Amino acid sequence: MAAELGLAAMWLAAALAALQLVAGAMAMNARADGTSELAPLVRPAAVLQGLLAAFAFLSLIYLFAVTDLSVKLVALNSHSAKPLIFKVAGAWGNHEGSMLLWVTVMSTAGALIALVERRLPEKTMQATLAAQGFVALGFYAFLLFSSNPFERLPTPALEGNGLNPLLQDIGLAFHPPTLYFGYVGLSVAFSFAVGALLTRQVTPDFARAMRPWILGAWIFLTVGITAGSYWAYYELGWGGWWFWDPVENASLMPWLAATALLHSASVLAARDALRTWTIMLGVVAFSMSMVGTFLVRSGILTSVHAFAVDPERGTFILALLAIYIGGALAVFAFRAGTVAEGERFSITSREGALVVNNVMLSAILAIVLVGTLYPLLTEAFDVRVSVGPPYFNPVSAIFFFPMVAVLLVGPLLRWRRDSLARIRPSLVIVGLLLLVGIMVALLLSPIGILPGLGLVFAPALAVASVLPLRGRSLRRLPLATWGMVVAHLGIAVALFGMASESAFSEERLVAVQVGQTAEVGPWKVRLDGIQPVAGPNWTALQGRMFASYQGGREIEIDPQSRSFWVPPQQTTESALVTRWNGQLYAVVGNEAGDGKWQLRLWWKPFVTFIWYGGLLIALGGLLALVGRVIADLKRRHAKGRVAQRRKEAKA
Amino acid sequence: MRLLRVLIVAMACVIAVAGVQAQESMPPAPYAYRQLDDPEQEAKAQALMETLRCLKCQSQSIADSDASMAGDMRSDVRMRIAAGEDPEAIRAWLMERYGDYVSYKPEVSETTWPLFALPVLLLAFAGLVLWRRMGRGPAAREGKGES
Repeated sequence: MAAELGLAAMWLAAALAALQLVAGAMAMNARADGTSELAPLVRPAAVLQGLLAAFAFLSLIYLFAVTDLSVKLVALNSHSAKPLIFKVAGAWGNHEGSMLLWVTVMSTAGALIALVERRLPEKTMQATLAAQGFVALGFYAFLLFSSNPFERLPTPALEGNGLNPLLQDIGLAFHPPTLYFGYVGLSVAFSFAVGALLTRQVTPDFARAMRPWILGAWIFLTVGITAGSYWAYYELGWGGWWFWDPVENASLMPWLAATALLHSASVLAARDALRTWTIMLGVVAFSMSMVGTFLVRSGILTSVHAFAVDPERGTFILALLAIYIGGALAVFAFRAGTVAEGERFSITSREGALVVNNVMLSAILAIVLVGTLYPLLTEAFDVRVSVGPPYFNPVSAIFFFPMVAVLLVGPLLRWRRDSLARIRPSLVIVGLLLLVGIMVALLLSPIGILPGLGLVFAPALAVASVLPLRGRSLRRLPLATWGMVVAHLGIAVALFGMASESAFSEERLVAVQVGQTAEVGPWKVRLDGIQPVAGPNWTALQGRMFASYQGGREIEIDPQSRSFWVPPQQTTESALVTRWNGQLYAVVGNEAGDGKWQLRLWWKPFVTFIWYGGLLIALGGLLALVGRVIADLKRRHAKGRVAQRRKEAKA
Repeated sequence: MRLLRVLIVAMACVIAVAGVQAQESMPPAPYAYRQLDDPEQEAKAQALMETLRCLKCQSQSIADSDASMAGDMRSDVRMRIAAGEDPEAIRAWLMERYGDYVSYKPEVSETTWPLFALPVLLLAFAGLVLWRRMGRGPAAREGKGES
């Protein structure tokens, strides 16, 4: 019954999305004096649509929780003997369920803006909700016609197929939803951009209404990328933390676009400048979300040819991509000319620095996009090329380091017009730090150019990021400013971790007998024994080792080499010892003969700073979000009181 | 003469049997999990291995993979570096053997030139945008408010 109710809710929600689109469009086109009769329906339709989508998703979770094996999706992806948490997580651990989650998040966000957002002119809101309905409609069509999660089997299965053992990891259960929240949050920014463009209301108010959604999406993307990177690091067993893999790039691209959008929206909100550019970024950011979904969901990454054999879903998403991106760009082309560019500013100003940030981030985005799609394109013509770290690292660095250089001074500058002379003391501090950094890097040589640049810039950036606090009352500083400081500090911390990992990591591959000791960096690691251990669906060889840092206390570590039965698969469970100044990374490999065992050991100085930095960036976003929302609420409250008083005075 | 023929046939059999056995459970190649003794050579080998694709994996370099083929390639790379070969010569040899696909470092060629044209174009474009926005002072454009 739950499956039928869920399906019915999905159809109704799709119908409401259509109503939202039609009513919104009619309200927008009504003449300035008169209003359309359908206009009052738009907001309730959006709210109801969000509720229905949430109901459909809850039905799916219920089906997974009780393991209803008459539903095809449950039979294919679940098993009655799984822990409840993985049964629930299994609801979105597959294609259909994850697309339903995507739509649910999008409609819930739409319902929220319909409920609370009252700053913008009503027509702009209706155009925004119409755009939101239009996007949702496409994804409902995708679900209903080609990825129905509620499909029943003609005869119920006796038992489910189970879930890939690698996916039975609590971190991985929550990784995809985190990224989806980010992807979909950008759809709201997209709808706002389209709505503002259609009604020619590209104003600071529009930027302020859009900003919390960008911030929210950006926080989720940051957390998702950071967590995904750490997962790859400890799970793959070779100590790498970023591979420029297309799946990783699929999440990095929306993040880059959202970062740029965040900064340009700040300019628009504070100074009424960069109007068209902000709209453009709003379109690009959600486009990147859809490109990411397409890359991950269409199967095109495993092979272009596999995609060509079973193209239905991929083609559907590709068509949606073409409609939404193409449509938005067409609207942009027609309307952008009628939107004035906005206030002007000089190069040495906060806006000037933020323009550099935007141009550089967009360039990096273009490089990641082309580097990711190019091999797919050539493969379609039967030419196989690989684009990897030797391309992405140096080419993105060409744009990254100038951006960091501007970031050293940007936050210190005033809006509109400023002079470098005014901030000379800060410039001197940062300049000295850079000089010291360069000398230290030269002394430490040989280290590569990129890690060297990272080591030079990171400390200077760390100091520069807190300089805006100088001479200000810390207690009265707005939360959003704290957010900026913390996020920029996070960039410095992550950059330092990356550079240090790349410059100073030590690797040791050895075959040792039980009782022997291997050294890596400051660590001595003694192999104490190898025991077989068994888990619920795997067996493993577990190495018992004792590690001591610079001859200090011995710490026991137990890395494993696991063999799963269904599907037969080997995984390594690395063992990590975390110190404040880095991590020891130990992996046990195969038997090497003569009673020797293969060990892989790494000492990675300050590698953890990469993820601490990522978390700081997200924390900065959170502070800014909370600060903005509180300020908005206060403003609304004050406005309400003024209106109240006026009423009383009249009475 | 006849003896020789028998010998050859026998040897062929032994090799064939050994070959079959080898395919079933081959010990990893000598330098698959062993570093070169000279740290400088090992660093060179490591740098090269990080830019070679493991052909059996999805988006991993041979330096990050447990696949046996990646192990064989690692061993191959290390032995060639130890023999004094130039890393780029080894890359060229591998590309001849496995195709351009094996190298993560695209070389400028007929099929890959757009990858290299793009950063140059972007640099020019970024420069142009910044110059246009910033080049003229705000005073010169004040009041126009349109671009």
